Amino acid sequence: MPLRLVKYAWKKSEDEPRFFPDEKPLKKAYDVVIIGGGGHGMACAYYLAKEHGITNVAVLEQGYIGGGNTGRNTTIVRSNYLTSEGVKFYDESLKLFEDLSDDFDLNIFYSTRGHFTLAHTDSAMRTMRWRAEVNKHHGIDSEVVDVDTIKKEVPYMDMSCNGQHPVMGALYHAPGSVARHDAVAWGYARGAQMRGVEIHQKTRVTDIKTKGGKVVGVETDRGFIEAKKVVSMVAGSTPRITEMLDIETPIEIFPLQACVTEPVKPFMDTIVVSGSLHVYVSQSSRGELVMGASVDPAELHSTRSTLDFVEGLTDQMMDLFPFTSRLKIMRQWAGMSDITPDFAPIMGKTDVEGFYLDAGWGTWGFKATPVSGKTMAYTVANDMPHELIKPFSLDRYSKFELVGEKGAASVGH
Amino acid sequence: MKFVTCPSLGRRALSEFNYGGRLEREPDQETVSEKEWADYVFYHNGAPKTQIEWWYHRPTGIWFLFERNTLTDRITKVDFANKGISNEA
Repeated sequence: MPLRLVKYAWKKSEDEPRFFPDEKPLKKAYDVVIIGGGGHGMACAYYLAKEHGITNVAVLEQGYIGGGNTGRNTTIVRSNYLTSEGVKFYDESLKLFEDLSDDFDLNIFYSTRGHFTLAHTDSAMRTMRWRAEVNKHHGIDSEVVDVDTIKKEVPYMDMSCNGQHPVMGALYHAPGSVARHDAVAWGYARGAQMRGVEIHQKTRVTDIKTKGGKVVGVETDRGFIEAKKVVSMVAGSTPRITEMLDIETPIEIFPLQACVTEPVKPFMDTIVVSGSLHVYVSQSSRGELVMGASVDPAELHSTRSTLDFVEGLTDQMMDLFPFTSRLKIMRQWAGMSDITPDFAPIMGKTDVEGFYLDAGWGTWGFKATPVSGKTMAYTVANDMPHELIKPFSLDRYSKFELVGEKGAASVGH
Repeated sequence: MKFVTCPSLGRRALSEFNYGGRLEREPDQETVSEKEWADYVFYHNGAPKTQIEWWYHRPTGIWFLFERNTLTDRITKVDFANKGISNEA
C-alpha cells in the first residue's frame, strides 16, 4: 500500500502539491519526441528516463493525458494468449503491472480477479485447450475448467445461455486482473516528469520533417521542434501519422465500443469473457458492470457511439446474466482501434531512420502498457529492437511471417 | 440507425448489410511478384479518406459498391456491383 495514504491519514491539512506542474514553453530541440500522451507514450518516456538516462524528452499530446484509448478500454490485464510471442510479451507486462502501485507511490487499483473465457462450441473448447497448453509451456497459470467449476465460481450466470448456447467449459486464468486505467497513465506521466521529461498537452503534430531519409524534427501547431528520434504511440491515429512519412501499414481503424451499467452492490469478483458471444464483463470497484463487445463492422475514424451496439451487446449479456435486464446503461463510449490482420501489434524501427512505431494495438493495448513502454524505450535508446518485440516488426507482412494471435479480445473461434 | 438508399431496393437499414472491405485493383496473379502481392494484401495508407467499398445485402444476396468517407461515415454513392471482376477500378 502506498505509504502516503497512511501519512495523510495522520495529517490535519491537505497540502498535496499539483499532480502535474504547469506546462513550460516548448524547447527548440529534444533528444526524443514521443507523439501521443496515453499510457504507452508515458510509459516509454518513463523508462527512457529511468532505465536509459534519456531525459531530454518531450511527450506531445493533441488532447489531454490518457484521453484516448487509455481512458476508453475495459481495463482488463491478462496474458493467456495463443502464440508464444504473445504469451511471453503479455506475461512480462502483467508482472510489471503488479508492481506499478509501489513504483509510482500511487494506487492504480490493481485487482486480481480470475479470468474465465467461456467456450460454447467444440471448436472453442479445442482453442481453449490449445491456449492452455501454450500458456502452461511458458509457465503461465492457465487451465481448462469444466462446467461444475464455472458454476461454483460464477453462480449468477445462466450456464445454458437461455438454452441457446450452453457453456461447455472455459479457459481459466487466475492472474487475470483489472486496474484503473487513468491512474496508469498518470503514474507513468508523473514518474517521467519527475525525472525531467516534458509533457505538452493540447499540442498536435501536423508534420514530421525528414532530410535524406532521416528524421530531423516535427512540425506542431505550436511551432517546429528539432528531434533526431520520433516515436509514434498514437494507436487509433497511427495512419494519420504514418501518412506524413508515406509509410504504408496494414492497420485499419475500427471503432470499439463499451458501456457501463449503473453501480450495484459488489457481487461479481471474476472477469467473464465469451469469444463466441463477443462479450466481456467485469465489475468495477465502483460497482458498475463494465461491458464490451467486438469492434464495429466497418472501417471508421470516429469515436461516435451507436444504439445498435448497446442493443446487440445487451441481447447477448441477458442470455448470460438474465438479471442484468433490470440494470440501466449509464454511459457508453467508443475508441478507435488500430486493427492488424494478425491481431498482434506493430513495434520497432521503420524504413525512415529515427522514426519508431508502436501501433496496431487494436483491442489489446491497455494490458501491454508497461511492457510496450519498456521495450520501446530500449528500442529507441539502443536503436535496435528489444528481443520481445522482434516478432512484431512492420516488415513481417512482406515476409508473410504473421503472428496469428487469435487470443485477442472477442476474436471468434 | 443508419439508412442507405439503393437502386431497386430503396431505403434500407445499414444493419442489413455486411461490410466487405475496400475496392482495390488485384494484381495479375500470373505475373505478380511477392512484394507486389504483399503490398496488395497488407500495406496501404489507412488515413481517413473517401473510398469505394464492397457491401453485401444479406436478405437479397446482392453485392453493392458504396462510396463512403471513413471519417464522416457519409455514403455518397451507391451502385450495383454487377460487373464482377471488371469493377476492379
